[in-house]
Amino acid sequence: MAVPTDTAAEPVRYLKSQTRWHWAETVFWLATLLPFYLAPDYLQLASQIAITALFALSLDLILGYAGIVSLGQAAFFGTAAYAAGIFSKMVWGEPFTGLLVGTAAAALVGYASSFVIARFRHLTLIMITLGLSLLLEQAANSAGWLTGGSDGLQGIEIWPLFGAFPFDLWGYTAYAYSLVVLFVVFLCARRLINSPFGLALRGIRENAVRMPAVGAPSRKHIRTIYTLSAAIAGLAGALLAQTTQTVALDALGFQRSADVLVMVVLGGTGRLYGGIVGAVVYMIAHDQLSGMAPQYWYFWIGLLLVVVVMFLPNGILGGLSAAANWLHERWSSK
Amino acid sequence: MLPPVFGVLFDGIAYGMLLFLLSVGLSVTLGLMNFVNLAHCAFAMVGGYVTALLVNRFGWSFFWTLPLAFIVPAVASIFFERLFYRRFYGKSDLAQVLLTIGIAFMSVATAAWFFGTTQQPITTPEFLRGSFQVMGLDIAPYRLFLILVGAAITLALVVGLEYTRFGAQVRAAVDNQRMASGLGINVERTFAITFAVGSGLAGLGGALAIDIVGLDPNFAITYLIYVLIVVAVGGLGSIAGSLAAAILIGISDIAGKYYVPQLGAFLIYLVMLAILMWRPSGLFGRR
Repeated sequence: MAVPTDTAAEPVRYLKSQTRWHWAETVFWLATLLPFYLAPDYLQLASQIAITALFALSLDLILGYAGIVSLGQAAFFGTAAYAAGIFSKMVWGEPFTGLLVGTAAAALVGYASSFVIARFRHLTLIMITLGLSLLLEQAANSAGWLTGGSDGLQGIEIWPLFGAFPFDLWGYTAYAYSLVVLFVVFLCARRLINSPFGLALRGIRENAVRMPAVGAPSRKHIRTIYTLSAAIAGLAGALLAQTTQTVALDALGFQRSADVLVMVVLGGTGRLYGGIVGAVVYMIAHDQLSGMAPQYWYFWIGLLLVVVVMFLPNGILGGLSAAANWLHERWSSK
Repeated sequence: MLPPVFGVLFDGIAYGMLLFLLSVGLSVTLGLMNFVNLAHCAFAMVGGYVTALLVNRFGWSFFWTLPLAFIVPAVASIFFERLFYRRFYGKSDLAQVLLTIGIAFMSVATAAWFFGTTQQPITTPEFLRGSFQVMGLDIAPYRLFLILVGAAITLALVVGLEYTRFGAQVRAAVDNQRMASGLGINVERTFAITFAVGSGLAGLGGALAIDIVGLDPNFAITYLIYVLIVVAVGGLGSIAGSLAAAILIGISDIAGKYYVPQLGAFLIYLVMLAILMWRPSGLFGRR
């Protein structure tokens, strides 16, 4: 695209500068390969973490960028998990088509509900997201003939990836598969938020009244990002159904929505790595403390939440970047 | 002889009164400070455990525990308001949601630590047990008692809000907080008192709920969802709205479970979504 004047080049240059890769990012993504060599016993956990990170990324897109507080993100996760599971049970077990079917189902539900979401803010919005997920959970519970009800969906069989790599007990295939999907989605999300559309989303977050006034079609933007976020949550749900070969009712539950919210906030909202870091920290802590009864585990989660909102309002990454800035200033003032 | 639909209505109204007690405090504080308090049902749970503890461990009569089920959560809520909540007025929805859901999570774990995860048994007085028949309907005296308590408290709240000086201050603050403080009303103090009364009422609701829905540590989360539905459907800051919504949700829930049990709680979520789409600020909401 030809840019006629310097003033018009300014935003383009800004967006370009945002898309440049930082060395820490390269290190981070290389580090995701370490579990293959360092912790081959934990590959199942690693694949769960990658899936949860993908789920957290989906919430961060609407929460951190468009400012939509959702207590019902599990609706899309669970819809896709059931869709992918049922598809592999009834039609065939080829993983990529299953992934596609699950994602499409979630995107469809997301697109339908986005028309409602775009109209509301504040408590009504929170309640509508929550209500939708509860409604779907009840529906899955009552449609026991299809979903297995409270016993969960059993008997999913997934064929080997590309017909060559079976989903083994150790999780080599599962982790590689989940990680590749996470990385590809991350690249797309990174491109998306550094586009003019991404800037418009941040505008909605900062001032929902002003954006329509400057001529941005806010509702259309919210519908688009909400559908995309639902599709990504769906990818995560379908991945979980395929790698664990079972779907339980809690895939749609309130707890899952609350957990993912905790992760995103813990890592830091409005930074793509926030959700991923939050998911890694949360899942590893959960695994290490899994000997603890779940009701006590939630005490620490609750305490963590209170401490984070009171002292680290921008999450772990926000705290780290503030600390880095502070050090940098100390350094350069000397 | 009356058809069973009257029985459903009766049970639904009794259940609705319970939901009203649990949710009216949250509705008023949300209307007053726009503060999303997801720990509201934790205070209700405190009331429930006060009653269960006094009845089961110390052999108090059920009735004498009810004032304490009001006072203990009210005092506890003042403590929390001073320590945590007041720093978050005017902050984003997200910060408020996270702070209060964190407190709710901690309350669940604390209750499980002290009282175990099992349901708490409760013994109500002799004359509130069993049931009697009126025109072929089974009437449970306890539910009748619930309806009477709910009606009495509604009356007290309406009189308190409409005819007292403090009530006028609360209404002024709900309508326009800036204007009210400009006229010399101490909005923060008004809020603290309203908050304490609301939490106390929730505690009373929690105590009265034991006989109907039971009490275990998950109460703070399970009933939070019901309470939020009532508040959103009724509209913020409106007592009449909360009452109407609570009764509507109570009847929908009982009717749904009676006529289409396989759908479970499906009906109330559907009712909520339908009402919110029709009136985004709730039945009686003004904003």
